[in-house]
Amino acid sequence: MKSLKYIIPLVIFAALAAFFAVGLTKDPREVPSPLIDKPAPAFKLAELHDAGKVFTPEEMKGKVWMLNVWASWCVSCRVEHPLLVDMSKRNQVPIVGLNYKDTRDAGLKWLDKLGNPYVLSAYDVEGKVGIDYGVYGVPETFVIDKQGVIRYKQIGPITPEAWDKTILPLIRKLNA
Amino acid sequence: MKHVVAALLLAFSSLAFAQADEIANPDPRVEKRLKDLADELRCLVCQNQTIADSNAPLALDLRNQIRTMVNQGKSDDEIRAYLVDRYGNFVLYNPPVIPTTLLLWGGPFLLLLVGITVAIVVVRRKRAEQAPAALAPVERARIDKLLE
Repeated sequence: MKSLKYIIPLVIFAALAAFFAVGLTKDPREVPSPLIDKPAPAFKLAELHDAGKVFTPEEMKGKVWMLNVWASWCVSCRVEHPLLVDMSKRNQVPIVGLNYKDTRDAGLKWLDKLGNPYVLSAYDVEGKVGIDYGVYGVPETFVIDKQGVIRYKQIGPITPEAWDKTILPLIRKLNA
Repeated sequence: MKHVVAALLLAFSSLAFAQADEIANPDPRVEKRLKDLADELRCLVCQNQTIADSNAPLALDLRNQIRTMVNQGKSDDEIRAYLVDRYGNFVLYNPPVIPTTLLLWGGPFLLLLVGITVAIVVVRRKRAEQAPAALAPVERARIDKLLE
């Protein structure tokens, strides 16, 4: 009974330490999206390059593709951008841009200057489509499968590590 | 008097929450419902602020979205469900009771139970210690003799 007195605080401490250790490895900014494994929300938006043309995700049915939310005012997008340009050169996956709460002018200039990795960019000036996709931290990237189901969401810039370890293997699997 | 005014101003400052001039001609009834709802919703950009308090552009968009939905006659539950569908249960400051939150909701009661159990055990043990030990027959005989 005496020894129990010493063991109990030790056990409580170990349990607390375990909780904290797990907590430390988690990023509170990364909120699990409820959209994973759900159909990508439908939308109709004008294209950034051509206000007369309308894009809907329906057009991408049958393809594995990525929807990348970006804006010219977004600093982390600049960090991510070279990686996207690189991917598009290697033709690994079609990337559709969602130009989020930007101005057409600034968006186009940004692409001219830094390169355009997108098949096309949809122009979401009001951010309504962003809300439907649960966007809260640009850049965000969705991997969408042939049936139009969202399979993965990257919050913040795609890192080379996330690309190599998670996204590319997933795309290969979905394409297989 | 000055202090009372200051206290009152402080108390009502929260009412001037969502930038009163955020929209033209705000409808007080809509604003009231928006505030009641948005006070319980987490802003995803500056976490730990509510959608009512936050100045983030996304919070403003969501406030406007809620205004639109209130005007469309949507119920509070429908509006909450709309946000949960997009951002997950994380947006709710008042989390629902689901398997993953059982510990959260049940934890305090569990701790209370543990506390009560410990208290009972400790009190019982103390009582057992304090109870006078029974007298040995020899002692009893001696007392009887003394009292005679």
